Amino acid sequence: MSSPDIVPTHDSTTPAVSVRNLWKVFGPKAESIPGSADADLAPAELKDKTGCVAAVRDVSFDVAPGEVFVVMGLSGSGKSTLVRCITRLIEPTAGDVLVEGDNLSSADEKKLRELRRNRFSMVFQHFGLLPHRRVIDNVAYGLEVRGDDKASRLARAQEVIDLVSLNGFENSYPDQLSGGMQQRVGLARALAGDPDIMFFDEPFSALDPLIRRGMQDEVLRLHHEVGKTMVFITHDLSEALRLGDRIAIMRNGRLVQVGRPDELVGAPADDYVADFTRDIPRSHVLTMRWIMRPPRPEEALDGPEVSPDMIIRDSIGPITSASGPARIVQDGQLLGVVDRDDLLTVIAGGQS
Amino acid sequence: MATLTAEPQLEPQRRIVPPPKKSRLGWQLLGVLVTWVVLWRVFGGQWTLESGVPSTIQDWLQSFVSNLGIVSFTQPIIAVLNALYNGGVWLTQQLGWTGMIGLCSALALIVAGWRMALLTIVGMLSFGVLGLWEPSMETLVLVAITVLLAILIGIPLGIACGLSTRFERFLMPVLDTLQIMPSFAYLPIVTLFFLIGPPSGIVASLIYAVPPTIRLTSVGIRQVASASVEAAESLGATSRQVLRDVQLPMSRRTRVVGINQTVMAALSMITIAALVATPGLGQSVLGSLQILDIGGALNSGLAIVVMAIVLDRVISAASNRAGEIAPSKRSRYTVWAVAAALIVAGVILPVIVPSSAKWNAAWTHSIADSVNSATPWLKDHLYPFTTAMTEWITVWVINPLESLLTDTPWFMVIAVWAVLALLVGKYRTAITVGLCLIGCVLLGLWPDSMVTLTQVIIAAAFTMVLGLLIGTWIGRSQTADRVWRPILDAGQVMPPFVYLVPCLALFGPTRFTAIVAAIIYAAPAAIKIVGEGISTVPTNTIEASRSAGATSTQEILKVQIPMARPIIMVALNQGVIYVMAMVVVGGLVGGGGLGYDVVKGFSQERFAGIGLAAGIAIVLLGVMLDRISQSAGRVRRTSSDVR
Repeated sequence: MSSPDIVPTHDSTTPAVSVRNLWKVFGPKAESIPGSADADLAPAELKDKTGCVAAVRDVSFDVAPGEVFVVMGLSGSGKSTLVRCITRLIEPTAGDVLVEGDNLSSADEKKLRELRRNRFSMVFQHFGLLPHRRVIDNVAYGLEVRGDDKASRLARAQEVIDLVSLNGFENSYPDQLSGGMQQRVGLARALAGDPDIMFFDEPFSALDPLIRRGMQDEVLRLHHEVGKTMVFITHDLSEALRLGDRIAIMRNGRLVQVGRPDELVGAPADDYVADFTRDIPRSHVLTMRWIMRPPRPEEALDGPEVSPDMIIRDSIGPITSASGPARIVQDGQLLGVVDRDDLLTVIAGGQS
Repeated sequence: MATLTAEPQLEPQRRIVPPPKKSRLGWQLLGVLVTWVVLWRVFGGQWTLESGVPSTIQDWLQSFVSNLGIVSFTQPIIAVLNALYNGGVWLTQQLGWTGMIGLCSALALIVAGWRMALLTIVGMLSFGVLGLWEPSMETLVLVAITVLLAILIGIPLGIACGLSTRFERFLMPVLDTLQIMPSFAYLPIVTLFFLIGPPSGIVASLIYAVPPTIRLTSVGIRQVASASVEAAESLGATSRQVLRDVQLPMSRRTRVVGINQTVMAALSMITIAALVATPGLGQSVLGSLQILDIGGALNSGLAIVVMAIVLDRVISAASNRAGEIAPSKRSRYTVWAVAAALIVAGVILPVIVPSSAKWNAAWTHSIADSVNSATPWLKDHLYPFTTAMTEWITVWVINPLESLLTDTPWFMVIAVWAVLALLVGKYRTAITVGLCLIGCVLLGLWPDSMVTLTQVIIAAAFTMVLGLLIGTWIGRSQTADRVWRPILDAGQVMPPFVYLVPCLALFGPTRFTAIVAAIIYAAPAAIKIVGEGISTVPTNTIEASRSAGATSTQEILKVQIPMARPIIMVALNQGVIYVMAMVVVGGLVGGGGLGYDVVKGFSQERFAGIGLAAGIAIVLLGVMLDRISQSAGRVRRTSSDVR
């Protein structure tokens, strides 16, 4: 395999990442489980019968270019194994992963390395920095392994250090930095190779809440500025809702539901998801689309015009200041109306 | 179970209490011992085996030694090792004492800093003051060659072990065997292939010293945070790049600790290798011992201790720095400049000041004479006490146990040991133990083996008593730990040859002296391991016991020692192995038994067969005791897991 093979072959409709029927089974004769009758057994039964543990079960999803896709699950749900299978840090038992149309699962060592060096990168929960190297050498490490010359890699490293606001710490060693700063180094290192896709494995779980929030803002800002496709693993639902364009909920190795934040909250696929999202304030997630209703005959349609994708919380100002109900309009077409009472019902936690 | 369903009111929880296995084992062991004593009273003196019985194996070994001549495949190795040694000694002579001090202190400065450079200078000057410059340099050259070879061999093997679990599974049992083989027992075997002289000393030290480097290199690589390895892999690093940029730099500190242990082991063994005509400080100790010149032997022993302390401190300091962040460029340049200046000064000084080219005899103050003149005082004041102690222990402990082992019919002794092994282990343990003892019979060394076994049992028992007492103490008290640790460290660093001298001075050439030497060698390790075990008992368990109103004694006996039992069993196992390692050395100071046979084999060609056979018998006893103490540890662990 030579490098021309990895010249991007995708167009705008090709997903950045496409996961097809991915399985990871640990245990004896693991490869015989996917597709067999045992595949549908509950985890405890599977363990009793075959001695195997299925960490990832038949997972499929697509991530669009530029999207932030969050995989969310509790510990032991298989989310960390999933992201490691996607990047082949551990070998999946079955299934395919396509990165911008290139099949990663069948790539040989050399091609895999080329893809890791140029097309995607990863940020880790425990940072994984090299304590014997300065910050700038840590950031430049990915460029070093792919063979960039020293001057250009240090220049590029300096660029990303500025981007993540670490300037002034180039010559420090990782141990001299706080946890949040260390993760900025991890972030810079992942950005340095200018990858198309970034994978985040619970990057902020080890940080305290205030710093975590700051780092989430940082990721949102970077996503806005550099527009990378991001696959983000977390166990924190509020983090998932803040960052994710779409969220996949994972349980016992399976994806339970994939959807936009408002879909998870407004239409949970099962009791598990409903239970999860119970404490999330509806008004922070749901959009007009979820609470609008047909106009009543006596209502005057002179209220303000509002997009159906506006979040309830953001609509409070325009709706409460108007006398009549707001008109929900898309492409010049009236979809429905929302008035003050409708808003209050949702905010008070009642039925919409 | 039928009764359970029929009469559910019969407190079902009483049924799941396991039988008190542990106390049953205790009674069984006691029963075996009582049976043994009865057998000894009834059959004592019958069906015993005489020493000096002609043995076909000994004859065969003797003729093997005589006919071996010079093995051709070791010829080039011998030549290379001799050339290395002669080259090294030639270099020390060319540099002179000023040049050597300049060179060594410069090295210490670069790897370990200012203070260590100073310590090196003081230490090396003391070699001159003690009048032992030349033998010290010979020992230093031998240690340097051994350590260099150990690094060349050990680090690649350690890396392979760290990266490949399969390779580790293959190599670790080999290292384990090397460790339980009493090091002095394979000296005669090594001389068969490498002749007497420096090459045998280097090879024997290498075998003894290389395992820690391999082990700790491997452990270091395995301990590198998986996050860092994964991160490098996710950036597309090849496995070579991961090794070079992540695994090796991040495991540097552990690796240096391994090299430190290798240096200590090499120094310890190279002094013992004086027995096979390896030059250096060991030779000075041995020469003095042979003419019972206690002062001279102490003088040389002191030089060995100084060398051990300097090497240990310098390398420890280097390993502590290995974990630190690199110093700035400027201070690095200063260090290099000063180091270069030290070497140049050392080399030029004799040219500028011709009188400094040779060590001035007026600067030499050997402690030999003052020690020897103090000996009469010791004789008057200390000897009555030590002699009485030696006699009491000989009459009441050593003689009865030796008689029990040597006077009971030999097949009954084997049977008793096999039953003991069966009780603490599995039938495989019993078979191993039986085969090892039968091996001693076939080698024609039964009585000598039993004499040695007696001393090993007594030394191991004393070692464990010390281990439990002091170990519990340092495990419970930070202050005690601070006081004892330097003493224990010194005990572990000191090559065993050194404390033979004071032991010999105090107790004379007796079996008890051999036992004391073995205890001094083995106790520091046992104490440290017990202390480690006691101090790792979780604080919340101890707090729970305290809040229940336990006294300190109850806390020790009912919580800490039972919870630390698996580790205490490791201490027993290590203690036994260390004691076994001193058997040959014990033979030098009146211990008799197999150790004396080995020493005899070194000294006279016509006893080479016996010496070799005794070496094999020591290994057999070592394997036997290792298996028994290891299974004892396992039994205890499972019975405590029942909870």
